Amino acid sequence: MTDRQEAPVRDESAQHEAVPDGSAPGGSAQPRMGFFTDTSVCIGCKACEVACKEWNAIPEDGGPLTGMSYDNTGGLGGSTWRHVAFIEQSRPVRAPEDVPTAAQGAPSRAAAPSAEPSAQPGPPSPDGRTELRWLMSSDVCKHCTHAACLDVCPTGAIFRSEFGTVVVQEDVCNGCGYCVPACPYGVIEQRKDDGRAFKCTMCYDRLGAGMEPACAKACPTDSIQFGPLDELRERAALRVDQLHERGETEARLYGADPEDGVGGDGAFFLLMDEPEVYGLPPDPVVTTRDLPAMWKQAGYAALALAGAVAAAFAGAGRPDAGRCGRRWGSGS
Amino acid sequence: MSEERVVGERTDTERASANGQAGDGRQGGDGRRNGSGRRGGGRRRGGGGEQLMVDRAEFRSYYGRPVIKAPSWSPLDIGGYFFLGGLAGAGSLLAAGAELTGRRRMARAMRISSLAAVSASAAALVHDLGRPARFANMLRVAKPTSPMSMGSWLLTAYGSATGAALAADLAGAAVPPPPRIRLRLAAPGPAPAVGPLLRALPAVRRSATLASGALGAGLATYTAVLAADTAVPAWHGARRELPFVFAASAASAASGMALLASPPGESGPARRLAVASTAAEAVGTRLMRRSLGPLVSEVYEQGRGGRLMRAAEILSATGAAGAAVGGLLPAAARRGTAARVLAGLSGAALLAGSVCTRLGVFHAGIASAEDPVYTVVPQRERLAAAESRAKEAAAKSEAGTADGPRRG
Repeated sequence: MTDRQEAPVRDESAQHEAVPDGSAPGGSAQPRMGFFTDTSVCIGCKACEVACKEWNAIPEDGGPLTGMSYDNTGGLGGSTWRHVAFIEQSRPVRAPEDVPTAAQGAPSRAAAPSAEPSAQPGPPSPDGRTELRWLMSSDVCKHCTHAACLDVCPTGAIFRSEFGTVVVQEDVCNGCGYCVPACPYGVIEQRKDDGRAFKCTMCYDRLGAGMEPACAKACPTDSIQFGPLDELRERAALRVDQLHERGETEARLYGADPEDGVGGDGAFFLLMDEPEVYGLPPDPVVTTRDLPAMWKQAGYAALALAGAVAAAFAGAGRPDAGRCGRRWGSGS
Repeated sequence: MSEERVVGERTDTERASANGQAGDGRQGGDGRRNGSGRRGGGRRRGGGGEQLMVDRAEFRSYYGRPVIKAPSWSPLDIGGYFFLGGLAGAGSLLAAGAELTGRRRMARAMRISSLAAVSASAAALVHDLGRPARFANMLRVAKPTSPMSMGSWLLTAYGSATGAALAADLAGAAVPPPPRIRLRLAAPGPAPAVGPLLRALPAVRRSATLASGALGAGLATYTAVLAADTAVPAWHGARRELPFVFAASAASAASGMALLASPPGESGPARRLAVASTAAEAVGTRLMRRSLGPLVSEVYEQGRGGRLMRAAEILSATGAAGAAVGGLLPAAARRGTAARVLAGLSGAALLAGSVCTRLGVFHAGIASAEDPVYTVVPQRERLAAAESRAKEAAAKSEAGTADGPRRG
């Protein structure tokens, strides 16, 4: 997690789609950079949220308390580029091997070592402290290999940087809002008072200066790891194996597969439950994947429309125009 | 340290159990039935009394919050844009047909309506921008991957052609055509210089009208791609049928306008188109709902989207019926006041039906984006289908290789 970047050469020509294998666009020496968020070690401190807000000078958007565990941010948006999700689950949790067994709840913990959900999820018993699983995860823009927001942006305001990240140029965006429903993750959003669309830039300014993004810098447990995507993917695969060996069979990677619907994420995750539990789509697809087929359908529909109009005229024959037209004109 | 943990966790478990007792299902991942969004869906389903065909018991979400973000577009601006684009585009096709078959009044009426509609639609688009002053950035690039970029260029080209067609038409009408007789009577002088220009006007009008019609066919249908090229389940899932629904709705609106604005003697094609487009739209929306599946198609059957779609169907059918009845009247009766009122009402009903279709599709899309069930369940089903396909393939290849060890 050191700042391993030597002031990289900016390659302005590399503003096209990154290749799906995760390597850098344009074949330049600059590798594609990314985030690996290991939620198994997230402690929900929200330092990432705060660091992101501070560094990027994002306006305040806090509201009233939500009642959603410790999550009072709600979700990613125009003014929230890191969001820590808190999920409370009533279920027996495996005790980590290194926890001393002197605690008062030791017997019940020993009796319920299974990772399976309990048959009757009741209120967690505070004395045993074994039936509440608290999941935390710091969500962020996925910086997709095939980014729908970038594809559909009509002004070219959204571009792919030399680091393989997806960034909005605020001085070009005209606030059409098309990127908002295009994003399969619901990340990018317009600020109401501003009108333009905003999202995580993976701290493009810091990357350019050879520094790691603010959230990764602030994370005290290395739950947020920043680095070349290839390295992160290797590291993540090892971490999943490690967790599986320890019996955490629910650990899985999300967004790490370059074969998925968005060609793999530049920011991927290690999750401890199904993606939708964290508010993530289970099978996201870049909408523009189907665009050629859609244009084709629209072409057929346009032809059908023209054909229908032609048929309507052909069937009607010549108008009783001479007569009727004149009568219409003079009649009234 | 450990005491703090106990306190913290106890507070938390109390909160959790309180939530559990309140039964609002807000404990993320508690069992498999969390998510207030699902509950909301149940409330909406209450009125319809339809049988739930998709098992939602497996559906999980993060406190019922939406997975994707609904567009922040204003329904009037963008739903209105869908309608006006269709009215203008299909109207230009009618103008082209009228031009080619000598229906001059109908052609002019449709040129005027199309130019007005396309101007209003451009205004709605600019109005909906977060930064309207930067609307010109739309023409900063031409991106085939962005339907909105393509649409901006299409709108520009279409608006130009439609404006040219109307200008040539009106200029030709304002300046009397130069018949030879009058030329002979007029004093020789400026007339020969203006003559060629004036004589070119009909050709300009005709070619601009045809160009406007061709571009109009695109304008009337591309908005379906604009909607379908998003992660909104009710739009993206309908990507195959939506262009046809939009084309039919556009034809319906334009035929309604033609019924309203053209003389009875010229409105025959509009009547035929009204009937055909209403039938096509009814078929198209049903096919669309079928391919969306029972879950996502709910948003076209319930709530605001459902109400608008039903209203659209009733209005269009009424308008088409009125148009058909008007067409069956004997030629003399067709020019009577009652027949004209009937034609006007039919035209208005067809236009209103098209408005309702576009707003219905718009609101259905918003509803499908706001409830995570419409995002998560179809994706889960897709994953399950892919998994079972993979299993089948694996089973087949295993059967093929008998007891041989399978390689990963």
